[in-house]
Amino acid sequence: MYRYDQYDQAIVDARVAEFSDQVARRLAGEISEDEFKPLRLTNGLYLQLHAYMLRVAIPYGTMDSRQMRMLAHIARTYDRGYGHFTTRQNIQYNWIKLEDSPAILADLASVEMHAIQTSGNCIRNISSDQFAGAAADEVADPRVWAEMLRQWSTFHPEFSYLPRKFKIAVIAADEDRAAMRLHDIGIQLVTQDGVVGARVFVGGGMGRTPMVAPEIVPFVRREDFLATMEACLRVYNRHGRRDNIYKARIKILVHDLGAAEYARQVEEELVAVKALGIDPPAAEWERIERFFAMPEGLAPKASLALDGKAGSAFAHWRARNTRPHKVAGHVSVTISLKPVGGIPGDATAEQIDVMADLAQRYSHDELRVTHSQNIVLPHVAESDLPAIYDALVAAELADANIDLVSDIIACPGLDYCSLANARSIPVAQKIAQRFADAERQRDIGELKLKISGCINACGHHHAGHIGILGVDRKGTENYQLLLGGSGAEDASLGKIMGPGFDEDGVVDAVEKVVERYRTLRSDGERFLDTYRRVGMEPFKEAVYG
Amino acid sequence: MKLLTGNDLKDGRVTWWTGSGWSLHVEDAVDVGEKGEAILAAEEGARRVNAPYVIDAIATPEGPRPAHIKDRIRALGPTVRPDLTLKPADPAAGEWVI
Repeated sequence: MYRYDQYDQAIVDARVAEFSDQVARRLAGEISEDEFKPLRLTNGLYLQLHAYMLRVAIPYGTMDSRQMRMLAHIARTYDRGYGHFTTRQNIQYNWIKLEDSPAILADLASVEMHAIQTSGNCIRNISSDQFAGAAADEVADPRVWAEMLRQWSTFHPEFSYLPRKFKIAVIAADEDRAAMRLHDIGIQLVTQDGVVGARVFVGGGMGRTPMVAPEIVPFVRREDFLATMEACLRVYNRHGRRDNIYKARIKILVHDLGAAEYARQVEEELVAVKALGIDPPAAEWERIERFFAMPEGLAPKASLALDGKAGSAFAHWRARNTRPHKVAGHVSVTISLKPVGGIPGDATAEQIDVMADLAQRYSHDELRVTHSQNIVLPHVAESDLPAIYDALVAAELADANIDLVSDIIACPGLDYCSLANARSIPVAQKIAQRFADAERQRDIGELKLKISGCINACGHHHAGHIGILGVDRKGTENYQLLLGGSGAEDASLGKIMGPGFDEDGVVDAVEKVVERYRTLRSDGERFLDTYRRVGMEPFKEAVYG
Repeated sequence: MKLLTGNDLKDGRVTWWTGSGWSLHVEDAVDVGEKGEAILAAEEGARRVNAPYVIDAIATPEGPRPAHIKDRIRALGPTVRPDLTLKPADPAAGEWVI
């Protein structure tokens, strides 16, 4: 994985020193909150309901065990013993003290981490496929391109005050495991005549006005990649709606201009940008690629036989939580942070340490955070699976529910977030408890359920096979149900079913929808397939009568 | 009744105006009536509290109860982590929020 060079470390260290001074001046009363707020937000420090919240960047969700242990250290030392992994592959701490924040950033900097650009109207953490470098179906490692974007976008002076925040995802396979087309810019690496290049989608997103990004550039060679990104951002920076926060995202611009006209303007701008010569030489691409080479010693091995364990809890976990690796005899393991009744995405300091230990011992010292708020050990020998499983059981991390109905994405909601209108976590907990029976979950099959506590859609409700949106109805929490969304390669936006429900009512409604699916499905159909075949009506009838 | 609330500058914890200072406990909050803006301005000047604002509340025998669920959650703590609320020994404390 990528390691900081002297420039990376120098700019992060300088930022720690700068922010430490700003915090000291704020605590001394030398600057007002109005003056300080943009400074703390630039360093990922929000003020939420109960305390300050710090969002730490995890570039494209990739970490080593040393960094993961630092996340546990911060949870234990400065917070209340846990952290919350987010849909942007980052981690948030909910109980931070302002006076501790300089020390936290210094600790992060000591392991090549920071909280820069995790807030504000700038280019946020680049997200990617959690199986990058391990997936057999990728045409290249998307993290190489994501790292190039990270370096280009960090402290980019022209794009530090965009009309609105800006999110980019990079994938390298036809299967989209990063909700790529629901980003401001989505990039899919593809090959053309044996050359790897980028297919560029612009103008996707969720929030108040959800849109699936249209293709803007069908193929960009790496020699023109950053120039193309620069041109895309320049057109947005020039014409984005700074006059109206609700219309300021690039999706509104692309929609209003039309994809063809936006693409034309990007092409025109590209001529000017290319003259600047911002794209790095081939040697720099090759330098970055070397950081993401397959780990040394990861060689083909014999596959693990089950040895009479078929039908066991281990066998179910292995079937559900592992996926094939590009090297024979290996798998990528997804560790569920969705125990029934737990808080989606939360992990204690002790659990974070356990996952770091497992990565160091069994996964060539690598971990990934998924946009579904789980953790991946990307490079695991099948022969090590029993030992890993036993360790996960001991740490209460062995739920075999990846992509099942209890593997719910949920934002922090009104329990923590100052923007939220309704609580998300209790709804997720009640749904998971309603479907707690593992056999029932397996019978239902793949069902992606996503919950947001407000229209900002941090819980990706638009992209849920079943989505839930919490709203404030005259001071009371109310929940709308949406069906038919997908953040995968068949991206689609969910449609609202009808009148909303209270907290218990929405749990009942979800169960009725799922049971109607079980009566309607054909062989092999997922919930989403059945919904797309039969439409909304049968489900409405099941819920509203 | 109206309450004045904000977050402590140093640690971000929720605080309530008591008439002479700030408390972590909503039970200590006093009705500020129409004086909220004046108190707010003075406290902002003292830099002791972040983002203070005035909320509506209802007087009850147990003390003030914020009118909106968001402020009741602020007053108690996250409903999904009773151990992290201001009343960790009271498992039924969350019912006050709902």
